Amino acid sequence: MLQLLQVHTKYGQVEALGGISLEVQEGSLVALLGANGAGKTTTLMSISGILKPSSGKILFRDTDLTQLDTREIVGLGIIQCPEGRRIFGNLSVKENLRMGAIRRKDKRHLDQAFARVFEIFPLLKERMAQAGATLSGGEQQMLAMGRALMAEPHLLLLDEPSLGLAPIIVDKIFEVIQRLKQEGVTILLVEQNAHLALEIADYAYVLEKGRIVLEGSGVSLRANSDLERSYLGEVPEENL
Amino acid sequence: MSAGEYILQQIINAISIGSLYALMAIGLSMVFGILRLINFAHGDLIMVGSYTTVLLLSGGIPFVWASLAGIAASTIMGLLMERLAYRPIRGAPDVAMLLTSFAVTIFLENLAIILFKATSRAFPVPPVLNTVVSFGNLQIASLNIISILLTIILLILLTLFVTKTETGISMRAASQDLVAARLMGINVNRVIAAAFAIGSFMAGVVGILWSAKVGKIDPLMGFNPVLKAFVASVIGGLGSIPSAVLGGYVLGALEILLQGLLPANVVPFRDALVFLILILLLLFRPNGILGSTEKEKI
Repeated sequence: MLQLLQVHTKYGQVEALGGISLEVQEGSLVALLGANGAGKTTTLMSISGILKPSSGKILFRDTDLTQLDTREIVGLGIIQCPEGRRIFGNLSVKENLRMGAIRRKDKRHLDQAFARVFEIFPLLKERMAQAGATLSGGEQQMLAMGRALMAEPHLLLLDEPSLGLAPIIVDKIFEVIQRLKQEGVTILLVEQNAHLALEIADYAYVLEKGRIVLEGSGVSLRANSDLERSYLGEVPEENL
Repeated sequence: MSAGEYILQQIINAISIGSLYALMAIGLSMVFGILRLINFAHGDLIMVGSYTTVLLLSGGIPFVWASLAGIAASTIMGLLMERLAYRPIRGAPDVAMLLTSFAVTIFLENLAIILFKATSRAFPVPPVLNTVVSFGNLQIASLNIISILLTIILLILLTLFVTKTETGISMRAASQDLVAARLMGINVNRVIAAAFAIGSFMAGVVGILWSAKVGKIDPLMGFNPVLKAFVASVIGGLGSIPSAVLGGYVLGALEILLQGLLPANVVPFRDALVFLILILLLLFRPNGILGSTEKEKI
């Protein structure tokens, strides 16, 4: 469904991605792991067209995304839920969700999208009139995901959904991710928490300094003891 | 006139001048909110609108139509500015955008000097904007009443726009987080053009009212209003509509208050005192009255 071929992306003069190739099969959940600054967010921003690769191809069902702008990419059903949530703090929960469905003009369709998001995150319905900024961190993550789901993604790009959240909220978020996968949404998940991601990923890539240094099925990478030591640059909390 | 009436009179003056500052500040602030651009050429939209109006008036067009055409000219010029000057450098460092806005100002002002000469022209004020209405002992210039009423109407319309329409909500979203807005698939070009159009429309309205107040126009007439609008937006907190409006009225009140309280020989230095107060305010609230104290963003 999605294929990156030798993607190079620069931040000014600095090369953030040094030729990345990866593939996401339709209906699968692929994890992108790596330490801070490895290029995970850059990869997602390149797919979404916020950053333009200097060379390489990003193919989505045979369309080269590097030739499209972000709006067109969103129009193809590739929706990103960005790192740090980036909800619109001054907008109400309802307005935030409506922004997620900005491309849906049909009222009935919009109502269905709202109903689905409220079914997944009932809490958002209670908070509908509240400003986004007044939500707790976990609620904001739910709002960010709900906002992404309003667009009914074919491919969901999730950037660090567990970052800075209490374990109980993280569990809830990961339940939702699994549920979405069961419903047929293809997911590319960026995570620093490798253990958590590998538990639910079909396949995973490990990034280091803008290159893919390791890849394999979720099960095989979990068995790989080199993973954290060599590439992730940090020891998971439970091992401390 | 009793003391109460005098105070009421001054309050009306303050609201009236504050309304003009507020309308100007809204345009500056909306654009800044999204693009981080302080568009100093915003003042020249006043000049464009006023000259259009005066030229049409001298061609025998009735005032209502001439001023509507002037407002339309301001709006179109604002859209042209965005399209030709600011869109090509979008994403450049803030300083580059600021310098571009100076370039646009210098270009427009010099173009006006070439076309219309540097000397000022009379702005023929129609009787309806030039009378005094009496309420008992209270005498209020009709221009003040019309300024206040027009501002109220525009503010209501603007509020409806940014809270009820999709483009309006998108505009608020884009001013919070432009990248996130793009990730939603929001048409950022349209939102930015809408912000310019609304701000320029308001500048056009201010242009007519300002010219009627001063009674004459000249190519550099936009400088003072844009400076006041900038001060007003900074007082309120740059980047959001409510703070721009608040800043406009605070500035208006401050000016009228100083005008009334200062001894006659100090009054010419009123603006210097206003800036002094601005500096003091910024020492304690660097992001303006309504601006958040923590982050730079609105």
